[in-house]
Amino acid sequence: MARLIINGTPRDIEVDPDTPLLWVIREQIGLTGTKYGCGVAACGACTVHIDGVATRSCVLPVSAVEPDQQITTIEGLSPDSSHPVQQAWLALDVPQCGYCQAGMIMAAASLLMQNPNPADEDINAEITNICRCGTYNRVRAAIKLAANGGEATQRG
Amino acid sequence: MNAIISISRRSFIIGVASTAGGLSLGFNVPFIKPALADGAETAPEINAWVVIRPDDTVVIRIARSEMGQGTLTGLAQLVAEELNCDWSKVTTEYPSPAQNLARDRVWGNFSTGGSRGIRESHEYVRIGGAVAREMLIAAAAAEWGVPASECTATMGVVTHAVSDRAAFYGQLAAAAARMTPPANVTLKDPKDWTIAGKPLPRLDTAGKLNGSQVYGADLKLPNMLNAAIRACPYFGGKVESFDAAAVAEMPGVRTVVQVDETAVAVVADTWWRAKTALDALPVVWDEGPNRQVTSASIAAMLEEGLGANDAFIGAEQGDVGAALSAADRTVTATYAFPYQNHATMEPMNATALYTPERCEVWVPTQNGEASLAAAAEAAGLSVQQCEVHKIHLGGGFGRRGNFQDYVRQAVRIARQVPGAPVKLVWSREEDMLHGAYHPTTRCRLTGALDSDGNLTALHMRISGQSILAAVRPEGMQNGMDPVVFQGLVLNGTEGTLGYTVDNLLVDHAMRNPPIPPGFWRGVNLNQNALYVECFMDELAHAAGVDPLAFRRKLMAKHPKHLAVLEAVAERIGWDTPPAAGVHRGLAQIMGFGSYVAAAAEVSVADGQLRIHRIVAATDPGHVVNPAQVERQVEGSFVYGLSACIYGECTVNGGRMEQENFDSYEVVRMADMPAVETIILPSGGFWGGVGEPTIAVAAPAVLNAIFAATGKRIRTLPLKNHDLA
Repeated sequence: MARLIINGTPRDIEVDPDTPLLWVIREQIGLTGTKYGCGVAACGACTVHIDGVATRSCVLPVSAVEPDQQITTIEGLSPDSSHPVQQAWLALDVPQCGYCQAGMIMAAASLLMQNPNPADEDINAEITNICRCGTYNRVRAAIKLAANGGEATQRG
Repeated sequence: MNAIISISRRSFIIGVASTAGGLSLGFNVPFIKPALADGAETAPEINAWVVIRPDDTVVIRIARSEMGQGTLTGLAQLVAEELNCDWSKVTTEYPSPAQNLARDRVWGNFSTGGSRGIRESHEYVRIGGAVAREMLIAAAAAEWGVPASECTATMGVVTHAVSDRAAFYGQLAAAAARMTPPANVTLKDPKDWTIAGKPLPRLDTAGKLNGSQVYGADLKLPNMLNAAIRACPYFGGKVESFDAAAVAEMPGVRTVVQVDETAVAVVADTWWRAKTALDALPVVWDEGPNRQVTSASIAAMLEEGLGANDAFIGAEQGDVGAALSAADRTVTATYAFPYQNHATMEPMNATALYTPERCEVWVPTQNGEASLAAAAEAAGLSVQQCEVHKIHLGGGFGRRGNFQDYVRQAVRIARQVPGAPVKLVWSREEDMLHGAYHPTTRCRLTGALDSDGNLTALHMRISGQSILAAVRPEGMQNGMDPVVFQGLVLNGTEGTLGYTVDNLLVDHAMRNPPIPPGFWRGVNLNQNALYVECFMDELAHAAGVDPLAFRRKLMAKHPKHLAVLEAVAERIGWDTPPAAGVHRGLAQIMGFGSYVAAAAEVSVADGQLRIHRIVAATDPGHVVNPAQVERQVEGSFVYGLSACIYGECTVNGGRMEQENFDSYEVVRMADMPAVETIILPSGGFWGGVGEPTIAVAAPAVLNAIFAATGKRIRTLPLKNHDLA
């Protein structure tokens, strides 16, 4: 039995304590916006927030999450896709296949909480998620757009 | 016409500003009882491509699969353009493969690969939109008792200007569906397009921002079980035995099954429990006949082919042998391209529900009809007893087209738990170990230069693996795989060599290692562009001529190839010196019907490569959505540079060594250069955009690295080379 607060709602879950948080979110809670990509914390598709910090949930045993920690998934980032990062993503039409994008958005939202105006080097260092379609340049532009409160800036 | 659109369509009598006289007359009450409460189920299908609901929503049917490349939006734009509907009312749906078969393949080919989604279907989908438009006009004309020729259709409204009447498509749809389709329609000239050709946002973005987009791996069905699978990691190997009892009592486990000769699976209540039990399952493999196969043994096999006497000829002109013998000077180099994994972000998966009478499959697939055939075969049922539900793909890149291995597996597992849907999801390790790998080839190039530094002869001997021989033997031509020569042939519309060389021979010694090959985004154009474009740079250097000037002399008869090359050279400032420490490289190729080029600016300091800037140009003939073309071109550099810098699947002991992204590294944000895209549609033909640009990524960068370091990198990936 584990008690988790997911997107603001406390949930009591019958689960093996070794189960990675990712699979609790996907299979017990039923929120499938958080993706499985590698299972070894190498790709970032499984990124969620734990107390606001981007965390790769595929290698984190559910038992390592404290009952009072706030877990936020893509579904809980905003009720209506109104988070500035989601809005910037929409404005620049960032996703291609979209599979990695929930992880990208969660990583970006966490970065902006810690660093409201990240430089390129900060983005390079913090956004290490894998996208195979090739959205990186638009991800970068969208992070900057969100950082500017929706004001577009020129970039090459 | 905007005045009409802004009026509430719920009113039956509304003012309409006439485009002709500015009069206002009563809006015509439609002749069909409005059924506004009804949903799509009862909405009339005008024809196979267009369904219009009473609320004016236009449902456009899309036969090709959306996997990120934007084909869904582009194809919808083409239909909507001819339909003259209101783009803001457009939505899309996939017809199913079984429906296509039942209706005599009215939607044509479902296969989504080879950058063919738009270029092979643009005509019939536009006709579909135009026919529907004419039927809507005919329905209005019949109702009003006026000649159809006096009616016009714009923004989802048919208007009869003479009598100042107008009706929304949603009001006309039911009657239109009963009209006889016109035998002939005239398609618009692309210069008159207002929906197609525009950089419209994608139709499928919203669900990708909030987690609501359902991929195959996310599917939930009532009473669904989950399966994790392990196939023999040794190519050609089999399951010898496994001890199901050892894991049968583990939490959640329903059953442990042998899937086929090569694989076992655990079926459980959740995927994680299935995977956990699978990891604990003792399996003994029959390692098969390939335990001695290594990357080195494959390399030796290909090296032998480089000098072999027999080879299939893909392009020939003049007399290469004589010209090389008579040459003042020859230059020779050998290049190599390793195996690559598609590494789609969404691992392979399929969900199957089997009963002895029927089998349904839900799958992210590039080819729904191939999925249907695979499902029927694995189920032992007729295709009429099967159905496939297509789901958006979390990446395809060629892995989810021809190869329906995961569908067969899911069905074979489901047969062992009849009546319950089973979702099979591969682990990343399974995905890496059981790819349909980009084939490995090598190429020995020999060029002859005359005393003026002109290229007088070129021999390209390719040695290596044929994709068609393994996966589509019906495409072979007297034993030859024509696809091997992508971008290097002399004739045709798919991809011709952009150089005129009086004495030319391109031939292929087929050497097929026991590793399953597949169509990997860009296919054989990737290595062929690497070979020819890096070697052109070598020849230019040997001739002491600027690489652009050297190419120009050979490209006079290839103006479209030259135009994209000139475009990137101009934009990058080829004729002006780069910043201190920055060096440039160029490449061009034709493939998938389009002409593409790239210019790269790099620096190498202390052995560290930095790619500062890429300029890319593409001429796909016609452009349906320039914003999506830009995205495809940018994304092509991620795929192409991943292969260039990191990508390599190595074979040891008859199996792949890389099992996950920690050992199969790919380009991430920090590696990604700025990409400037120049779109140069010259009209008159339809080329693809999803793949061709990948091929110029590596040669442009490698040529720039040579300019920076004097080092010729002839084997990928770069990570194996010291640039210091």
